[in-house]
Amino acid sequence: MQASIELDRRADVQYLLRIGDTCLILAQRLGEWCGHAPILEEDIAMTNMALDLVGQARALLTRAGQLEGRAHDEDQLAFLRDERDYFNATLVELPRGDFAFSVLRNAMAATLLKLLWEKLEASSDAEVAAIAAKAIKEARYHQQHAADWVVRLGDGTGESHARMEAALAQLWRYVPELFAADAVDEAARASGLGPAWSELREAWFAEMASVLDEATLAMPAESAFMSTGKRGVHSEHMGYILAEMQYLQRTYPGGVW
Amino acid sequence: MSSVEEGTLPSPGEGRAGAGSGTEAPKAAAAAGREWPLWEVFVRSKAGLDHKHCGSLHAPDPKMALQMARDVYTRRQEGVSVWVVRSDQIVASDPGDKDMYFDPAEDKVYRHPTFYELPKSVDHM
Repeated sequence: MQASIELDRRADVQYLLRIGDTCLILAQRLGEWCGHAPILEEDIAMTNMALDLVGQARALLTRAGQLEGRAHDEDQLAFLRDERDYFNATLVELPRGDFAFSVLRNAMAATLLKLLWEKLEASSDAEVAAIAAKAIKEARYHQQHAADWVVRLGDGTGESHARMEAALAQLWRYVPELFAADAVDEAARASGLGPAWSELREAWFAEMASVLDEATLAMPAESAFMSTGKRGVHSEHMGYILAEMQYLQRTYPGGVW
Repeated sequence: MSSVEEGTLPSPGEGRAGAGSGTEAPKAAAAAGREWPLWEVFVRSKAGLDHKHCGSLHAPDPKMALQMARDVYTRRQEGVSVWVVRSDQIVASDPGDKDMYFDPAEDKVYRHPTFYELPKSVDHM
């Protein structure tokens, strides 16, 4: 059994891992739909998006490893960290739920990532800026596709509307975490590595309001609950998804295709 | 070809007729064996070339048909432009008419430009 790596939790590394891990864990959740989506075409669309996200995660984890300076590559960072060293937003680690839950989460995450990539195109780190320039095209499509489903199901039948409402009530509790300010964000903002996520708050709410409005869904009141995945303190679901992701690499160290 | 029924999945703006009875519509639709309509997909591989037919898919409306065509048929950089057309909007010749329609062209070799020998003065045409 392969032991965990010792991560240097310096601010710039954490900042990139927040984004990279958000992509990585969401990709894993989307991958769970493979073979289970309601129709073949959507099955392909969801796994396409998962693979886009894996590609983005790979690039960011690689860059984070370079900045960290401990010779950790993308695979070690993806598969050999302990739970507390993952910094994804809690939103993306929640179980996939029903299709309504998954498409709403996709819309929320894609909107956030799109806004992030737009700012990261101007990153002081040339590597990150180049990753963003490629990722922004993918994120724009993810947002359009997911938002389209939100509108379709929200403004659909009684059943689909009720399911979207239920998904919205569950997922909205994890929004405050996305825009909570802290030292990691402040350092990134100060160095020009990337925006503080709190800077994206207004634009994110405006875009989500427009989607929810078209979907005839009422935006819930802001939750007082504050999840903490971005600081490495995760929900009870995180351990299970990591166990599934890490099992092979931990059991057969260095195994490749 | 008979016209295809509207899809069972709600399209935006379709509305929820009678809030309480919403769940009955999909059930009734399923019972009637209604499916999403079929669309033919045409992809242009690069600028300047024609759109070519590459397959078909089921989708509830034009917007989703286009997105799905993108997801299903352009994953390997096959295209720079996509068309989708409702299959039931295509008027096709009857296979039974094949002999009558197409065989008479068989012995009309003079309809091919290669049948004619060009005078030397218009060489390189």
